[in-house]
Amino acid sequence: MMLDAPARPGPTAPRPYHFPRFETHVLPNGIRVVVAPVHAHPVVTILAVVDAGATRDPAGKHGLAVLTGRALSEGTVTMTALQLAERTESLGTVLDTGADWDSSIVQLTALTARASDAFAVLAEVLRQPSFPAVEMQRLVEERLSDLTQIRAEPRGLADVALNRLLYAPSSRFARLAGGDETSVATITREDVVAFHTEHFRPDATALLVVGDCTPEEAVRLATMHLGDWAGRTPPAPVPDASPRFMDRRVHLVDKPDAQQAEMRLGHVAVPRAHPDYFPLVVMNAILGGLFSSRLNLNLREAHGYTYGAHSAFDWRRAASPFEISSAVQTDKCADAVREALHEVERMRTHAVSDEELSLAVSYLDGVFPIRFETTAAIASGLANVEIFRLPPSYFDTYRAHVRAVTAADVLRVAQTHLDPARLQVVIVGPAETLQPALEALDIGPVTVHPPTDELFAD
Amino acid sequence: MQIPVESLTLPNGLHVVLSEDHTAPIVAVNLWYHVGSANERAGRTGFAHLFEHMLFQGSENVAANEHFECVQRAGGTLNGSTWLDRTNYYETVPSNKLALALWLEADRMARLLPAMTQPKLDTQRDVVKNERLWSVDNQPYGTWWERLPALCYPPSHPFHHSLIGSTDDLDAASLDDIAEFFRTYYTPDNAVLTIAGDVDPVEARALVEAYFGPIPRGQGRPALPDMTVPFTFGAPLREVVEDSCALPRVFVASRIPVLGSDAYYDASVLSSILGLRTGSRFEQSLVRAQRVASSASCFTFDLSKGADLFVADVTALADIGADVLEAAVHAELDRVVAHGVTQAEVDRAVALMETHFVTSLQSAAERADQLSRFATYFGDPQLVNAQPARYRAVTAARVSAFATTYLQPDNRATLLYVPAESASADASIEVAA
Repeated sequence: MMLDAPARPGPTAPRPYHFPRFETHVLPNGIRVVVAPVHAHPVVTILAVVDAGATRDPAGKHGLAVLTGRALSEGTVTMTALQLAERTESLGTVLDTGADWDSSIVQLTALTARASDAFAVLAEVLRQPSFPAVEMQRLVEERLSDLTQIRAEPRGLADVALNRLLYAPSSRFARLAGGDETSVATITREDVVAFHTEHFRPDATALLVVGDCTPEEAVRLATMHLGDWAGRTPPAPVPDASPRFMDRRVHLVDKPDAQQAEMRLGHVAVPRAHPDYFPLVVMNAILGGLFSSRLNLNLREAHGYTYGAHSAFDWRRAASPFEISSAVQTDKCADAVREALHEVERMRTHAVSDEELSLAVSYLDGVFPIRFETTAAIASGLANVEIFRLPPSYFDTYRAHVRAVTAADVLRVAQTHLDPARLQVVIVGPAETLQPALEALDIGPVTVHPPTDELFAD
Repeated sequence: MQIPVESLTLPNGLHVVLSEDHTAPIVAVNLWYHVGSANERAGRTGFAHLFEHMLFQGSENVAANEHFECVQRAGGTLNGSTWLDRTNYYETVPSNKLALALWLEADRMARLLPAMTQPKLDTQRDVVKNERLWSVDNQPYGTWWERLPALCYPPSHPFHHSLIGSTDDLDAASLDDIAEFFRTYYTPDNAVLTIAGDVDPVEARALVEAYFGPIPRGQGRPALPDMTVPFTFGAPLREVVEDSCALPRVFVASRIPVLGSDAYYDASVLSSILGLRTGSRFEQSLVRAQRVASSASCFTFDLSKGADLFVADVTALADIGADVLEAAVHAELDRVVAHGVTQAEVDRAVALMETHFVTSLQSAAERADQLSRFATYFGDPQLVNAQPARYRAVTAARVSAFATTYLQPDNRATLLYVPAESASADASIEVAA
């Protein structure tokens, strides 16, 4: 028995939304205090973002910024690592510290009642970490364990190999942000102390306070705990982001016991601050960003080669990688590579349909408020404004920028910034069966590497 | 902090939960069906999850994959997930698109079968096989989440078999199975629908009544086999697995009372004391003092029927042998059994839980999912608001007594992963009972 269906309903009138209002106060020592009062829940996120990313690692010391970031929570001048953990966790919060390519962070989220105590802990960790030798040694050993894991795992191998092959050997980006076995082994406690002293400076720091807190209170706490912090940071380097190859190549990493083929296609694209950012985001949504993207509908829904296929820009200040990724049935790997290449080509030869454009635009426009439900998400958004030096109006104009993108823009940026002739194809899987199939595709020279190849041993 | 909760049941048995919050113009729709892999019949392992995929393949008035497209075009996010004893489907949309989200869910609850075709089933079967390869077979340790329940529940128990299923069973699934499963389990009286966020309860109720009200009640779901198991394993269980991994990793599971019991809260607090964050015992002892582990955590499976599992999950530091790792984890469990925990340890765990409770409930999707969860398992969504008090009621004496009762060696199942190259050839799989 079938029921008569009610008609498909349309939308009602939308209710207005704006990104939380925030104020920026610059203290006399240069620290930027950005406060977004959001009183919906009794919770505050405090995020310190410092211009001290892995692009500042000295030569031969790759992994120093990341190690320094991790070591921040290992003790301060007044607390051992254990005392710091006990202090923080008894406040019901957790210190999240670390670094990526462009910045280091110290972050926590606490209930309002404990926020000012938590603020004091965060400020001490930021300014006066003690980097105990025994903890430093442990962090190095843990990094070595992590590397062992990454190199045993198909996804890890594929990601390491792709970045190694996208960027020229001279580029910092060809090596892991966290460093490799050789570089990490050379890092001493003195290196970490020196990195912190040089780069963790008030004029390199933005403090984002989001949640159940007033601007007056946030500025008062920042002044009390960080107002007498002094020193100036050196200017940011201009990293080498040149590509390794100018022609398309296939790199097959042999993992004979693999049950599936990990597939990556990528090339170096443009920096985050590029004026084509919005058309590129819309273009990527259509190509591989959405569930209903061309790549996913083709590889997953039409062919069943995979559980999912995606594309993304891994945004950073320097020229950022564009990457397609999927894990595909081994016997369909060559077909999947062919289809992925076909989809990249098609983005450049034909304008996207009105249907596709409106899907991507209305998704990015409509989902905007959903991205910023939590204090941590808002703080993270504000951190991007600081790291990428975006205009203060960035979030207030975001939706208008997305809505302004046309099919002609999408075609233009695909033609300008996607280059199928330069894509590096990385496959991790059993070479015995994959090599003949990939060679038969005839899309570029195929090189087979053992997983332990020096080329990938960062 | 209290979440507002309104609850009603339609004449066809659909339990509807509404929770108003006008912070942002967004609303979460969350539908739990009280069916999971435990309901599968013999020879059809993985079917509940395959079926979840089929729910995105359209219904009478929705084309294949149009559900995804419609919600994303509306500016929403969505997905579904399958667990041992429930399956959920959820979307968060701008609040002016609430009617569309409800209509989409109602169309597939009322009129799924006209859209089911053999080619769609064949494609989703391939997708699920690839999901299995990706999440289980081609990941170091990826088999743990089917091996551990298999080790901890007897073969006849509904939680014993694999959730994602075997390739043979997936191959055997037919359109007839789809129809039977749909008619049996995807009925309004076997579901909870939660709407949380920027919603007017009167309007929401009218929409729900219009879209879901006419769907007929089911024939009554078949009873699950008896889920009861003995209080503990009764003897140590152990399995060693050679795997394509770099470092040994050990899971030690104990059988404990179900989600919602007082003992469950003791277990949850103990899991934080042992394995949550830097101040935890595993981190301080195994990772830092002894330097045998590179990472360590502890958790409960959160099962509401039969018996739940309390699990320690510890990965070795490079160059630490599997035997050293395994002995060190058991020694930590022995220590808590013999000496209990301190009130300071309990206070730390509860403080972390309180913050987590408030921060996670900032998300409308999370509020909706928790409301559906308590409504599905216990018939009462209001129980969400009782959670902080139940955690605060836990004392050091309770946790110590829990450890003595449930973490003895005869209630531990050890699943040990060793790197394939270093394991002896004849010890590939070893089960001691």
